[in-house]
Amino acid sequence: MKNTIRQLFHSPNFVVGFVIFVGMLLAIFLYPIFHPGSPLEMIGVGTFAKPGLYISVYDSVNSETETLRLPDADEKRSGAVLSDEDRVAMIEWFGKAGVDTTNLDASDDAAVLELWKANYDPDKTIKGLTKAKRAYYRRLNEALANNGEAELYVATKDADSGELVEKSEIDKDAYVNTKDVANVKRLVLGTDNFGRDMLKELLAAAKTSLMIGLIAGSIATMIGLILGLISGYVGGIVDDIILFVMNIFTVIPSFVILILISYSLGQSQRGAGVVAMIIGFTSWVWTARSVRSQVISLRNRDHVNLSKLSGHSLLRIIFTDILPYILSYVVMAFILQISSGILAEAQLSMLGLGPKTTEVPTLGLMMSWAQLYSAHMNGSWWAYFPVIFTIALISFSLNLMNTGMDQVFNPALRD
Amino acid sequence: MSDEVERRAYNKDEVILSGRGVTKVFVNGKVRNTAVNHVDFDFHKGEFVTIVGESGSGKTTLSKMILGLLPITEGTIYFNGKERDIRSGHKKREYWKNIQAIFQDPFSSYNIFNKIDTVLLDCINMRGGRNLPKEKKIEMMTEACRFVNLEFKELTNKYPFELSGGQMQRLMIARIFLLKPQILLADEATSMVDASSRATILEMLLNLRNETGMTVVFITHDIGLAYYISDTVYIMEHGKFVESGPADTVILNPQAPYTKRLISDVPKIHEVWDLSSVDLELNEIKKDSAK
Amino acid sequence: MGKVMIEVKDLKTKYVTRNHEDVYAVDGVSFKIEEGKSLGVAGESGCGKSTLALSVMGYYFAPLHYMSGDIIIDGKSISGMDPDEVRKHVLGTEIAYIPQAAMNALNPTQKVINFLYDVVHAHHPKMPKKDIREMAEKRFEELALPKDVLDRYSVELSGGMKQRTVIAVSTILSPKVLIADEPSSALDVTSQKLVIKMMRELMEKGYIKSMMFITHELPLLYNVTDDIMVMYAGQIVEKGTAKELVFDPTHPYSHALMGSILVPEEGTRGKKLPALPGTPPNLKHPPAGCRFAARCPYATQECKFYQVPVKEFGEGRMYRCLKGIDELKEAYSHE
Repeated sequence: MKNTIRQLFHSPNFVVGFVIFVGMLLAIFLYPIFHPGSPLEMIGVGTFAKPGLYISVYDSVNSETETLRLPDADEKRSGAVLSDEDRVAMIEWFGKAGVDTTNLDASDDAAVLELWKANYDPDKTIKGLTKAKRAYYRRLNEALANNGEAELYVATKDADSGELVEKSEIDKDAYVNTKDVANVKRLVLGTDNFGRDMLKELLAAAKTSLMIGLIAGSIATMIGLILGLISGYVGGIVDDIILFVMNIFTVIPSFVILILISYSLGQSQRGAGVVAMIIGFTSWVWTARSVRSQVISLRNRDHVNLSKLSGHSLLRIIFTDILPYILSYVVMAFILQISSGILAEAQLSMLGLGPKTTEVPTLGLMMSWAQLYSAHMNGSWWAYFPVIFTIALISFSLNLMNTGMDQVFNPALRD
Repeated sequence: MSDEVERRAYNKDEVILSGRGVTKVFVNGKVRNTAVNHVDFDFHKGEFVTIVGESGSGKTTLSKMILGLLPITEGTIYFNGKERDIRSGHKKREYWKNIQAIFQDPFSSYNIFNKIDTVLLDCINMRGGRNLPKEKKIEMMTEACRFVNLEFKELTNKYPFELSGGQMQRLMIARIFLLKPQILLADEATSMVDASSRATILEMLLNLRNETGMTVVFITHDIGLAYYISDTVYIMEHGKFVESGPADTVILNPQAPYTKRLISDVPKIHEVWDLSSVDLELNEIKKDSAK
Repeated sequence: MGKVMIEVKDLKTKYVTRNHEDVYAVDGVSFKIEEGKSLGVAGESGCGKSTLALSVMGYYFAPLHYMSGDIIIDGKSISGMDPDEVRKHVLGTEIAYIPQAAMNALNPTQKVINFLYDVVHAHHPKMPKKDIREMAEKRFEELALPKDVLDRYSVELSGGMKQRTVIAVSTILSPKVLIADEPSSALDVTSQKLVIKMMRELMEKGYIKSMMFITHELPLLYNVTDDIMVMYAGQIVEKGTAKELVFDPTHPYSHALMGSILVPEEGTRGKKLPALPGTPPNLKHPPAGCRFAARCPYATQECKFYQVPVKEFGEGRMYRCLKGIDELKEAYSHE
């Protein structure tokens, strides 16, 4: 036993899978300790907020030092940057007004502005300009004149009059350290459609999905093992009956049965545990089949015959002479069952037949929400890509471990 | 140059196991395959019997039926003069106290998860020694190991697969020594061990018979070995016994055409191995493939 | 003396286990086989018989490694050759190899004629299929194999027929040496006889120039080969003609092996089978002295510590033992 485990850790496949899996487990269990709180709490940054550092506006304004970071604030502050639209309009005006532009470098904002200031006169009548156009130039001129001089004030509602009263002025050159701001949130993976922290939700979902996989895998493996053992060892009519049931389950895709059971249960009754059980009860067939064939080949081995001749009971033969031989195989099947259980839950949830949405998140539910709120249409990759990646990583690590075990347990693959 | 092998005479009147019309038909869908076809046999107390047959002759099927591991399609097996009754688990266990087996492949005869101690203790328990003091049990195991030239002290806490094939087969004999059944069925017990171990195992089987008066039924494809070891030889072809009798008579003066062919086809060292006699066979194959 | 077809000089090869330990499976083996002669190799399982076959072919791939020694086939040395070169220029034309259970290695989806195309095309890529078929039909006829086997799938053939087909296919290019590793042990006695008959015909008709025959069945070896060498723990312990070895063995191990022959002949029943205690040594750490010392009934203290020289005597006979021939014979007569 010890030797087998040592051999397992000599298999690169197993080690890589194991490290990934344990890493994920650590993340799942350690993250909530450092960042407590319900994974389904809506933190109010808004639907599909991009990944990044968020500061609560409300908390910022209410604190002693206030600042708001506005889009292109730096440009506004310099006051010397023209938009392309304005530049084209100004050059057009120069042409119409007959201003000499031969020496003008159109890309030099400062030169264009200077020429504008020197020549523009709102009262000057220029031929070929509509009234609307003239008003446009007037507004442009005003805007250019005010540019760089806008002042921002923080206002509060006066308690008595109910009117807005200036509280303080925001200095253009003032910066504030984010550490001094209350309620800063780093949303590494942004938020989902309900404004929930994706990372926290994802880790909680991974935990739930693993639990579902574990429960489903255990149930499927137990049923498969017991039926396979009985049908393989006892044989005869018992084998025929069990084989018949197995054939039925093989012919009807288990996913269809899964959908039908889930559908008939109704959303309110489907907790994560119930879904896991349904998955488990529908996916035992392949385990049963392969255990059965292994037992059949073991049944006629001489050590079983000898055990019979020694007068051992049926149960004892099964537990000491058959089970240990197929145990490694069953462990491998169990690992694959976990991974397929997780995938089955994801499939069900995508169809809207997963666990109920109010209790715990699962990987499938997160995918389902992302699809429901068109995350893929509006470019919110963070709402679905990390989920897909996590599902892939879980199955990948489990399958790697399985291959590694195969190399150790399967004498045909040993080098 | 060497002394005659010691062979204890057996009592020709005391039949311990006999079969009348024993038949096994395997049914697979509509295909009926008769593996053993109405065979009769009488094994006496203390007799060393060999059943010789080539692969596919049904000798292993017959041995499984004698052991009670395979149901008989037709016919009866008598044990100690009475019809054998193994219809319930309890009766089977009673029967198995009297008949034991050694199989061909020592590597698959042991449960690789059980230690050697477990294998031997099991035998003591089966013989009703469950409540014996520990020292007594160890003494019995040591004695059994000594009988097959193994040292129990070196084997304790080891697994069977740590031994060589020959040693594993000898441990099987130690097991039989502890169980002391009335009949031992050895199915190709030496065909997977080396020539030097084979000699040891055969000698031990003979000793076991000589000392305990056990009936040994040895199943083999090796007619030379059968001749060497047994009192009585049964020659089996296609599920039937074509010839049986004392070893000297059957081997040195065969009557059945199959026995004659079998003996002439085995390479020998004193007589000439006549290769030309197979020409007939060749022609048959030619005809066969022309169809 | 005929022309020497294959000569092996002090060949040493080893296996490297998963734990990077060396197992010296063939340790200093020398022999030669002349044209028209056959050499039998006898020994227990694990003594290095099959490894010797692989090593003599010169076709080394992990875990088997060549260490030292010479393999000369018809005057050309093939030792140290690249496995790819060996496959292209040696296998099939110089040496044909029939491994254990070769008959079960036939691809069940191919007709027999396709194996022949493969074998011939590996050496004569331009040869038209029609010519190959003609050649094969002629050869099959001479070997008394029905021609229509060529168009059968291997699963349609019986065990003995399959094995004879394998031999016919692998010797189609008339190799100088045929190495047969237990070619008949999985067969019933009649099929075995047919296989042997066919191999003998191959030799008589000159389709193979020499043969190395490996088996643990001594009576068979005695009837098939001219010379026999007995291997123990990777070394040759005795070599001589078949008759000499079977009836007059020198080395204590050969003596024990020959004593354990059981054939359905008068005299077999009275034999006292020699018992050899113990098991062959572990070749990861071969003993310093005689490798057989631990099991030898005549061993003395010296046997355990002194290197044992190869002693030659008689006509091309040799044995590997510290004791003299007379001393051994004397000991045997007291049994």
